[in-house]
Amino acid sequence: MTALLAVEDLDVRHGLLQAVRQVSLELAEGETLALVGANGAGKTTLLRAIAGAHRPAGGRILLEGHDITNRQAHRRAKLGIALVPEGRRLFPDLTVEENLRVAGAARRPGPWTVREVVRAFPLLEPLLRKRAASLSGGEQQATAIGRALMTNPRVLLLDEVSLGLAPIVVDDVYRSLTRLIEGGATILLVEQDLARAMRVADRVACMLEGRVVLEGARGELTREQVTEAYFGLRRREATA
Amino acid sequence: MTWVNDVVHGILLGGVYALLASGLALMFGVMRIINLAHGSLALVGAYMAFLCTEHLHISTYLALAPVLPGALIVGYLLQRTMLERSLRAGPLVPLLTTFGLLIVIANLLQYSFSPDVHSLGEGRIGLATFDVSSTLTIAWFDVLTFGVAVVVLVGLQLVLRYSQLGRELRATAADPDTAELVGVNARAVYARATAIAVATAALAGVFYGMRSGFDPNSGANELLYAFEAVVIGGIGSLWGTLWGGIVLGVAQAVGAQINTEYFALSGHVVFLVVLVGRVALQSQLVVPRLRRAQA
Repeated sequence: MTALLAVEDLDVRHGLLQAVRQVSLELAEGETLALVGANGAGKTTLLRAIAGAHRPAGGRILLEGHDITNRQAHRRAKLGIALVPEGRRLFPDLTVEENLRVAGAARRPGPWTVREVVRAFPLLEPLLRKRAASLSGGEQQATAIGRALMTNPRVLLLDEVSLGLAPIVVDDVYRSLTRLIEGGATILLVEQDLARAMRVADRVACMLEGRVVLEGARGELTREQVTEAYFGLRRREATA
Repeated sequence: MTWVNDVVHGILLGGVYALLASGLALMFGVMRIINLAHGSLALVGAYMAFLCTEHLHISTYLALAPVLPGALIVGYLLQRTMLERSLRAGPLVPLLTTFGLLIVIANLLQYSFSPDVHSLGEGRIGLATFDVSSTLTIAWFDVLTFGVAVVVLVGLQLVLRYSQLGRELRATAADPDTAELVGVNARAVYARATAIAVATAALAGVFYGMRSGFDPNSGANELLYAFEAVVIGGIGSLWGTLWGGIVLGVAQAVGAQINTEYFALSGHVVFLVVLVGRVALQSQLVVPRLRRAQA
């Protein structure tokens, strides 16, 4: 069966620095893959390259078998790849509702509307007319996820959704994410919190110095294996 | 009563400047480009209207029907072919590009239309006036110009606030990379913004041409007035642009009342005072904050 999203031998450079080296990944429809790794491992760069924010130096990105490597970011959003970027990056002078509606330009046919986003994140209901700049971290994260959902994505890329949030807020965000996963969403999740990542994902891949050094289904990997790969104590051991 | 007369006429004159400045403010607000060719593009609008009136024998107002769509197309193409490339090369390059465009337009206009002063007919409304009091008479054409400026500014404000294009413009202005990630084609949004800006410039150019004579080098003056209106009103704010245009118009009208030679000078002085005042205010607000942050 063709994977919904496939990354083949991807290389991404930032000037002279090679941030992603020969990374290959596959993501099936309805699957959640957690990408873990220390700071600077190349997780965010990989996600941004998949979303079209970075141009790869080599390799291919395939969506349902179609090569999208050279497509611009806005075209990938229209094809169904949505990124919730690290740090949320909301449009600060736009209201919550405007932040959601601006993503409506890329709408694929699908169930997500402002009303559906509010149903998934009820905390947004009284905030729809508030400027994004005035929101708390958790409210901003809910808006950022909602904004990505408004494009009716086939693959949702989530970059460090728990970063900078209070633990109780992270719990809320993850409760909403779990509902999305149970609803059949296809998610590629970058997360530094190993415990959370291993709880919600079907599979886990660990990156180190730009490479995937460990990959496997949740049940096949122990916490120790992932921790060792995370800190570079264990070199590449890909589980088929 | 003379002073009241001057203030009223200054306010109405401010409408032309606000109209001229709205496109400049839009381009700066969305793309952070100071379009030095803005006044020249307004002038091109006036010359195109002049061509229409001469060859098609239509009124200046009817000439707007082909001129405005033409300006939209010119603006779109200008962005896609020239400004888009220069934007990628850093903030200084668009400044140099538009400066070059200003010179090219002035020379092309001089080559095509001679250095002579031209003007556009205002039609019957040009002569019509109404009396507010025994000493205050207002020209209907000035009221029309001011009304057009207000309609354009209100229209732009409504588009920015309530339309999908407006949301995309504001989102792209805030963060073009993230806008792309949520499906907004930032390059197309920039091109649409430039198209609107050039169309408003052309409209302002036509009204400017009906109000006073113009020649191929008038573009620099028009740019200066538009720039002053934008700075006085606060960069990036459309309502501020209207306010800035009015302040500039009133300053010029009052200056001319003192001495006709002070017409332009008084506007420049008010612009300088506002600019220096704004810089001083910002440094008063920012410097203590920086000191506190360093402490």
